[in-house]
Amino acid sequence: MDPKTYKFDTLSLHAGYMPSKNAGSRQVPIYQTTSYMFDDVDHAAALFNLERGGHIYSRISNPTVQVLEERVAALEGGTAALATASGMSAIFLTIMTLCNAGDHVVVSSQLYGGTVNLFRLTLPKFGIKATFVKPRDTEGFKKAIQENTKCIYGELVGNPGNELMNLPEISNIAHEAGIPVIIDSTYQTPYLFKPLEHGADFVVHSLTKWMAGHGSSMAGILVEGGKFDFLKTDKFPTMTEPYEGYHGLSFAEEFGPVAFTMKARAEGMRDMGPCLSPQNAWNVLQGIETLSVRMEKHCSNALKMVEYLSNHESVAWVSHASLKDNPDYELAKKLLPKGTGSMIAFGIKGGKEAGAAFIDNVKLASHLANVGDTRTLVIHPASATHSQMDEATLKLANMSHDMIRLSVGIEDIEDIINDFEDGFRAAQKPRLVSNK
Amino acid sequence: MKFKVNNKEVFASTGGRPFDKKKPLIIFIHGSGLSHITWVLQTRYFAFHGYSILAIDLPGHGYSEGPALESIEEQGKWISDVIDSVEMKEASLVGHSQGCLIVLECASQFPEKVKSIGLMGGAGAIPMNPELLDLAEKGNPKAVDLMMDWAHGPAGHFGGHPVPGLHHMNLGGSIVVNGSVKNALGVDFRACDNYKNGFEAAKKIKCPAINILGDRDRMCPVKAGKKLADNIENSEVEIIENCGHMILLEEAGKSLEILKKFIRKNHPV
Repeated sequence: MDPKTYKFDTLSLHAGYMPSKNAGSRQVPIYQTTSYMFDDVDHAAALFNLERGGHIYSRISNPTVQVLEERVAALEGGTAALATASGMSAIFLTIMTLCNAGDHVVVSSQLYGGTVNLFRLTLPKFGIKATFVKPRDTEGFKKAIQENTKCIYGELVGNPGNELMNLPEISNIAHEAGIPVIIDSTYQTPYLFKPLEHGADFVVHSLTKWMAGHGSSMAGILVEGGKFDFLKTDKFPTMTEPYEGYHGLSFAEEFGPVAFTMKARAEGMRDMGPCLSPQNAWNVLQGIETLSVRMEKHCSNALKMVEYLSNHESVAWVSHASLKDNPDYELAKKLLPKGTGSMIAFGIKGGKEAGAAFIDNVKLASHLANVGDTRTLVIHPASATHSQMDEATLKLANMSHDMIRLSVGIEDIEDIINDFEDGFRAAQKPRLVSNK
Repeated sequence: MKFKVNNKEVFASTGGRPFDKKKPLIIFIHGSGLSHITWVLQTRYFAFHGYSILAIDLPGHGYSEGPALESIEEQGKWISDVIDSVEMKEASLVGHSQGCLIVLECASQFPEKVKSIGLMGGAGAIPMNPELLDLAEKGNPKAVDLMMDWAHGPAGHFGGHPVPGLHHMNLGGSIVVNGSVKNALGVDFRACDNYKNGFEAAKKIKCPAINILGDRDRMCPVKAGKKLADNIENSEVEIIENCGHMILLEEAGKSLEILKKFIRKNHPV
């Protein structure tokens, strides 16, 4: 006897939406509205006081965005989700909901450059400080936890170096210390990895990337796992103590496994307002419908590119956890059995100058500051996405000046390889000249 | 709030308002393996509209001290003890699923303490599927998956939670898993399966009663709910369309409207 609940591909297409509640419309309608009619004064008061569910104003919630939230919650195995204008706003919202001035967070050192700067430069302005730990240094995460630490934050596969965090072990460390783990799972999508099943308590995504796939729309999301019990510790008074903003409501007592999302929406969306437009929510939903088939092609193409790059005379090194000599190979096999993703970091012989020539001479691969598009993308992180990091931070992130970040698309693999051949040929020219 | 019943600590949500003995009391009683969280879309309304609320965690559930009570009869008596412990004379009782059986027992054993009863997905008996019962008693989380599957109607399986962003089945499942599958859900299922006194208890109840049913409920079909109502002298039935067994969440707004009308009429402020 097994439950007849829907599985991943079915949920990708159907979760969060019922045509019968939307005039029979098979496609999710775009509710392009700012606000919603109240039945009467009593109804309005009940909505504002969280006595009943419903929509008030599209900064707080929107029916189209709600479908996206429930769909991602379904795919990640979460109790609730809250969509935001971008992945960065999802991270900021999560940290601001969890932390107060004077708090501290332990953060993986290998993150998207914008996230590094959020923790390094922006959050300290609000009195929230971070200690960075190399992703493979599991014991280092334990040592970095202080009395006022409120969470461990990281990307399972770090951007751009592709080093893995041992999430199950790091989650045990966090939970022993009474703090939650937040994982940015943008690189994996729930097709490859569900952090909540491996110890994470919250997941954030830039939905702009693989989840949407089309590279047309900015979007982010926070997903709650529902297992972290804020009432078991006195570390989170903003979750457990009466909140003046809602007549003394204790979010943890009233909402339990969805308390964090409820607070992030009621307080964070109300006060900071990083809301997702219904049009962008709809665009992302179109992408999610084909998530499985796209991720399979991304991953198979990535494996072929890893093989090609590893055997190329112009390539100094390749970082991808599918390689047997990669330090994360065994961990990746365990955590990522469906594929290690389509992000590859490699070093080009000739360093920064050769890297620049390579990027300027590929034609099919797009040179831009994004990842997870259906199209193949390349960038030189040290001069672009991570250029605002100082030398010490670059070193901590294990980033070198010869590194090229490759996001493998779903084009025909022969075409990607032919394009790279052109790039490598061009990259040799300045090096040969300088060698003379 | 936390208080003592029979020298053991009990947690109850008061709906976000301080407990006040001067206000009429409504006690909300959750279903098998669940907790006070399931009632959040009913309790806050009543708490802010003149009532004192206790959405209790049964012993061994949520934040209440264990062990879980092993029979519906004991649980019915325990609700009476809750009323005594907060120094009140009477209460309206609202139950969901197993909570309905507990309401029947309490209202029949202690009629002087029960002003009115609201049932959601209420039947006179809840015989358990033997395989499901066995899985729960062994602490197998598959029991939770099966329960969530059967308990939810179309909205639960597809989506459209009344509160934006919440996921019906994952939320319901997490409440059970965060407790104890073996020591809460397993004990509850066995208590339901053993309970044979539902219709006899129903016949003794004289206070106003309402049974709110979902027409897609596979755990307490409309037929079973109507049969129970037929055995209560002063009872009415409301049926919500396209709704499964998790009426209090799947159709939180509609079930609240029905309950509001019923409680205001039969237990006014």
